Amino acid sequence: MKFIRNLIRTPEGTVGLCILAILALIAILAPVLSPGDPLHIAGRALLPPFSDPSFPLGTDRLGRDVMAGIIHGTRTSLLVGIAAALAAITIGLCVGLTAGFAGGLIDEALMRLVDAFQIVPGFLLALAFVSVVGASVPIVVLAIALGAWPNPARLTRVQVLSIKERDYVASARVIGMHPVEIALKEILPNALPPVLALSAIIVAAAILTEAALSFLGLGDPNTVTWGSMIAEGRNILRSSPFLSVFPGIALVITVVGVYLFSEGLTKALAGRRI
Amino acid sequence: MTLLSIENLSKHFSSGGRDIAALKDVSLTIADGKTLGLAGASGSGKSTLARILMRLIPPDAGTVRFEDEDWLTLSGSELRRRRAKIQMVFQDVLGAFNPRATVASVLGDPLRIHAIVPKAERPKEIVALLDRVGLPASYVARSIREVSGGQRQRIAIARAIATRPSLIVFDEAVSALDVSIRGKILELLVELQEERGIAYLFVSHDLAVLRAVSHRIAVMDAGRLIESGPADQVIENPQSQAARALIAAVPRLVIKPTRDSVHDT
Repeated sequence: MKFIRNLIRTPEGTVGLCILAILALIAILAPVLSPGDPLHIAGRALLPPFSDPSFPLGTDRLGRDVMAGIIHGTRTSLLVGIAAALAAITIGLCVGLTAGFAGGLIDEALMRLVDAFQIVPGFLLALAFVSVVGASVPIVVLAIALGAWPNPARLTRVQVLSIKERDYVASARVIGMHPVEIALKEILPNALPPVLALSAIIVAAAILTEAALSFLGLGDPNTVTWGSMIAEGRNILRSSPFLSVFPGIALVITVVGVYLFSEGLTKALAGRRI
Repeated sequence: MTLLSIENLSKHFSSGGRDIAALKDVSLTIADGKTLGLAGASGSGKSTLARILMRLIPPDAGTVRFEDEDWLTLSGSELRRRRAKIQMVFQDVLGAFNPRATVASVLGDPLRIHAIVPKAERPKEIVALLDRVGLPASYVARSIREVSGGQRQRIAIARAIATRPSLIVFDEAVSALDVSIRGKILELLVELQEERGIAYLFVSHDLAVLRAVSHRIAVMDAGRLIESGPADQVIENPQSQAARALIAAVPRLVIKPTRDSVHDT
């Protein structure tokens, strides 16, 4: 596909795509790479890294394998990040499209709702939501999406407002096309590219928010996440800093990968427009 | 017979506290199968008139009767159904098509929406439409971005005749085309009119173009209709200042003999 080729042509896109592909592979192959429950006690507690070949990154205070935790944590981080971004983009697209296309009172009402969500910091909103409803992966996803949808909604609305005035929308009306079909077939596909470029940034932010929630003990207690691992290591940060450093590095690599991918995506999309 | 009659149409736009009257009390009629050329400098309100006629923007006052029906009170699905009868060709050959469209989808949409032919015969009808505007059948699979400007305007014309309308509005439809293509498109339009009896409202600032296609010409200036009559009469014996200015603006090819210019210098 021409688009993929454009994406790979940018150095950011290539590096980002490689990092994300490796992470996705690790996430998919997690049960093969480190079989068994990553939360079970595997060996002696507080084994330093690079000392025992069966625990390359050492063990934590309870003797759990850090390597296994990081591998399985990739799953949670990517899953939550992508699911939350998907949810946020979907809500944002629906709201933005409706507001921009319908105009008038509906537009006003929806945009005030967007304002209401936007003035509350996204992290606080997620924090409040999870503490009220309880922690599980779907709830965390929803909580993060709740704080992230206003941006794509605004961007979509602005796109729709500009596309609505183009002649091809007028000609769709002239041939008698139904407004719903105009919105979905003529406007939405052309409003999409900048919103998609935004989605990668939302994924990165969602991964960080999830880690922060887990760090505060508000993640799903039954799944291992990088945030909860960093929180685990925090108490003995001075004697065994590796417990926090390794999941921290994993987090940094993932977020950098997503950002690079988003940069490449933006450039590829911009290059495609004539 | 009168196909369309516009009476006392008015429209004003307000922007930044300023009130601009785009149309003031305009009345005109278009006869079945004939062409009315609507001339005027930019800003004279002729495009506004076209867009009101297409029900793209609402007027402030006035009535439009089309095929003995109050055209401005139609709404919803009734309006969408009746839209088949008035089609439009836009000036911007790039902007008038969804950049993601293919030639097949551009021509297929009106056929599908108005159920002009049964679904199975749609591909055949698309090829017939392309053929009618002088394009080969192989264009069906092309993306609209792979088609040149003049050919796009042919596709726009094919789209306009797809719904078998009785009136087509051309808003500066040939202004963006280069002169050699312009003549061929105008020829095609005259042929189509004679063949199918479609009436045209031809909006242009270029009287040379209007003279080639129009039966009657109406001249607009600052939102008012100031002159109208048979095409030759308006062009040869213009009554208004605005009409004279438009005629003077038609470019003429003037080549000075070289010897004279040598003498001059």
